[in-house]
Amino acid sequence: MFVELGQYAVILALIIAVLQSIIPMVGAQKGWNNWMAVAVPAAQIQFILLILSFAALTYAFVVSDFSVRLVAANSNTDKPMIFKITGVWANHEGSILLWNLILAMFGALVATFGNNLPPALKARVLSVQAMIGVAFLGFLLFTSNPFLRLENPPLNGNGLNPLLQDLGLAFHPPFLYFGYVGLSMAFSFAIAALIEGKVDAAWARWVRPWTLAAWVSLTIGISYGSWWAYYELGWGGWWFWDPVENSSFMPWLVATALLHSAIVVEKRDTLKAWTVLLAILAFSFSLIGTFLVRSGVLTSVHAFANDPRRGMFVLGILAVAIGGGLTMYALRANTLKSQSVFSTFSRESGLVLNNLLLTVSAVVVFVGTMWPLVIEFATGETISVGPPFFDMAFTPFMVILIMVLPIGSILPWKRGKLGRTMQPLWGVVALSVVLGALVWSLQTGERMIAPIGLTMAAWIILGALADLGNRCRFRKVPMGEFFRRLRNLPGSDWGRVFSHGGLGLIIFGISAVIAWEVEDIRAVQFGEPYDVAGYTFTLNGVEDVRGPNYTAVVGEVVVQEGDETYLMYPEKRNYTVERTPTTEAAIDMGLTRDVYITLGEPQGESGYAVRTYIKPFVNWIWIGTIFMAIGGSFSLFDRRYRIAAPSRKRAPRGAAPAE
Amino acid sequence: MSEEKKKFNYVLLAPPIIFLGLAAMFFFGLQRDNPNELKSELLGRKVPSVNLTDLRSDPAPTDEDFNAPYPKVVNFWASWCGPCRAEAPILERMAEEMNIPIIGINYKDQPDQALAFLEELGDPFIKIGADFNGRNAIEWGLYGVPETFVVDENGIILLRYPGPITNAVLNKRILPLLGMTPEE
Amino acid sequence: MAGLKKKRRIQMLAVGLTLLASSAVVMGVAFKDGIEFFRSPTQIMAEMPAPTERFRVGGLVKEGSWVKGEVHRFIITDTANDIQVVYSGIMPDIFDEGQGAVASGNMINGEFIAVEVLAKHDEEYMPTEVIDALKAQGAYVEPTT
Repeated sequence: MFVELGQYAVILALIIAVLQSIIPMVGAQKGWNNWMAVAVPAAQIQFILLILSFAALTYAFVVSDFSVRLVAANSNTDKPMIFKITGVWANHEGSILLWNLILAMFGALVATFGNNLPPALKARVLSVQAMIGVAFLGFLLFTSNPFLRLENPPLNGNGLNPLLQDLGLAFHPPFLYFGYVGLSMAFSFAIAALIEGKVDAAWARWVRPWTLAAWVSLTIGISYGSWWAYYELGWGGWWFWDPVENSSFMPWLVATALLHSAIVVEKRDTLKAWTVLLAILAFSFSLIGTFLVRSGVLTSVHAFANDPRRGMFVLGILAVAIGGGLTMYALRANTLKSQSVFSTFSRESGLVLNNLLLTVSAVVVFVGTMWPLVIEFATGETISVGPPFFDMAFTPFMVILIMVLPIGSILPWKRGKLGRTMQPLWGVVALSVVLGALVWSLQTGERMIAPIGLTMAAWIILGALADLGNRCRFRKVPMGEFFRRLRNLPGSDWGRVFSHGGLGLIIFGISAVIAWEVEDIRAVQFGEPYDVAGYTFTLNGVEDVRGPNYTAVVGEVVVQEGDETYLMYPEKRNYTVERTPTTEAAIDMGLTRDVYITLGEPQGESGYAVRTYIKPFVNWIWIGTIFMAIGGSFSLFDRRYRIAAPSRKRAPRGAAPAE
Repeated sequence: MSEEKKKFNYVLLAPPIIFLGLAAMFFFGLQRDNPNELKSELLGRKVPSVNLTDLRSDPAPTDEDFNAPYPKVVNFWASWCGPCRAEAPILERMAEEMNIPIIGINYKDQPDQALAFLEELGDPFIKIGADFNGRNAIEWGLYGVPETFVVDENGIILLRYPGPITNAVLNKRILPLLGMTPEE
Repeated sequence: MAGLKKKRRIQMLAVGLTLLASSAVVMGVAFKDGIEFFRSPTQIMAEMPAPTERFRVGGLVKEGSWVKGEVHRFIITDTANDIQVVYSGIMPDIFDEGQGAVASGNMINGEFIAVEVLAKHDEEYMPTEVIDALKAQGAYVEPTT
């Protein structure tokens, strides 16, 4: 019963989305206020309907209603409740419903809190948003209906792959979806702006928070996925340049560029056409990413094997949204006039360079991801593009970006002088180089990546601190005054310092782990100690253990690190029903290093193959991403968005005049 | 400000045109055959010789059945395999409505569970044999279950399809080989 | 004013094109090392690749061919031809005889010296989401990737 209700809610939402995509748009063209006003309740009702339908599907999973095909295929009565719930979106149909729910949520947020938007802009934005909704609701209903019933329901369901029965993985997709879908908002604003032929500071002030929210979410999602891979998969790797990873990384790169160029539009009223293009591209990459992952066009055919119509449907959405968006851009971009000029050496130019570098790196990732398809198209041969390609082709642009970043972030708007700008940075340069040289002199005959990487990391991190000092006139004013300024620093400044610093930390972690990681694979006899990088390991023995739905071999390893001795328990599991073996690495985490042990195959009666890694500073990679996300959130809660945007009513003090 | 009445800027056409090329490539990507479908070395060859165990009360198929003088479909399946469940209704329909002879090979399964699976989802197979240790599957170059083969009246393998059969696969690939007209 | 704007636009375009051009060059160089061709045992037998070329071979692990040890030896077959593979390292969890596997490495003196071995989970065609998830994490690799 509930399930049918969910189905009807989706149909109703689709009808409303169709109305919402037409009526407000016509109203805005003709200047009819009552037609434009339709957008607000329509967006809100759409959201409520989709909440209902999502709740209905969740209910079906919770009560294990196996007459619903999706539940039968993906759930099981023995599953813990939390995994029944996460099972709702751990499958194609459910994830598309979640996608729609988030899409509608963004629309409803604009409808509800966008009171200060010009009515025509608001109507057009919501109308474009509804068009995207029509496309994806259609996709849901016509190719991926989660509410289909089975004629003969099974007594119990199929279950869920044990690897998916992991909370880390369960909450990974929603973050990514939130990010992908969040970029739809920037897209809708861009299209609306093209129709109106007008982009101004207010427009940018509206686009930036949505992009920021999406960006923060994408950052968390990508980082989460990488961390999960590291601790759960037992490979010790954290980034594989896999098409699936790339398809979330490309929109992230473009969204990062968009965040920066939107600042220029907001503060300086220039770079408009470019920003609009980035807004279209950011969402385009989200869509292409979704397409690449779901259609299996690149690698796996099983993705759409069950229904080739899905692939064609998404391709259709892509063609209309991206093709239409870009064509509209080609026709209308000329109407976006920039109001101000800037000198060659200015913050604006710095941000332009940032944008170009990020976009080009996204292009590199894109070409590398698409290349197997291109080659197959051209020659019929099957190839794979591996990490060496990406390492080599992506890194140079990041290096340039890193070198110019601290300079760009303290450059003044409009026009700057090199000498003046570099003044607070010379110390940073010196310190970074000294640090790098120190590292170089301490290590012997190893690769240059450590000293270079550390120099760059120090340059970014210290540069961010110098930026902070410069902003609050450290040592130029009395300390009390400095702290007062620090306290009153706007959120966006903190955001900049934190996210740039986070980037520095990531570079530090990556360089350290690449340069100094020690990997050791060997056959180990029980009780025989072996040394790796100054640590002594002894595999005492293994024990057979029964888990709730698996059997496992658990090894006991004594680790001696200096004077300290501790035990670690690497595991090999075999999930009985699903017949899936998994490796559970034993990881001793730390800020300066991780000790990472996995068991391999048995070697005779009294031994095992053991893989041991010492991974210096690896956790700083994820700590860096946390800093980035925190930075993004600081910017998101900057007071100028509170003044311009949503919660005027809820935050009365926001009414204070802007600086 | 707007002193110049701007002409149309042709550079702006670049992004949509690039995208058009991309979309064309995606289209090609969707059209091509399954890239993972290994070109089976068995295509066009005789079926490998089999040695199967009885599963039902009737005897398991022998080489004779695979070489029987009519086209037939061979389906590898297992009760522990989710996609097999998904394709079960289609196999059922092929057997019931189209009278296609389907030989089932039960792969690495427990007999009681395999029989329960057939009990629950229907039994479309004219003959059925069990390959408990997977030895026969190696001969057939099996990549996983479900996997479906079309074998002609001379025992020559015409098609090997890995993954669950869908209506599209049935209509586009299987029925033509059996000399039957696709539905719709 | 308009002149300066135009100048700025030309500068931006120039920098952008330079970056794009250099990215093309860098990618061209990187493709030399970053691409691995995928070959089946039959293709290898038909045309033996040079020992210097790193490529991937995929197929089934022949039953009874896996000799375990610190150095693993096994045969990858496409049922028509066999390739002897040598690999020193730890096998992935789902590697087993009778299963699909992909190895990346070089063909040296008639043996394939693998640098990396990836197992393909074949017992069953896994649901999309599982594959997506695993692929996203690199735990699952398609034979041709």
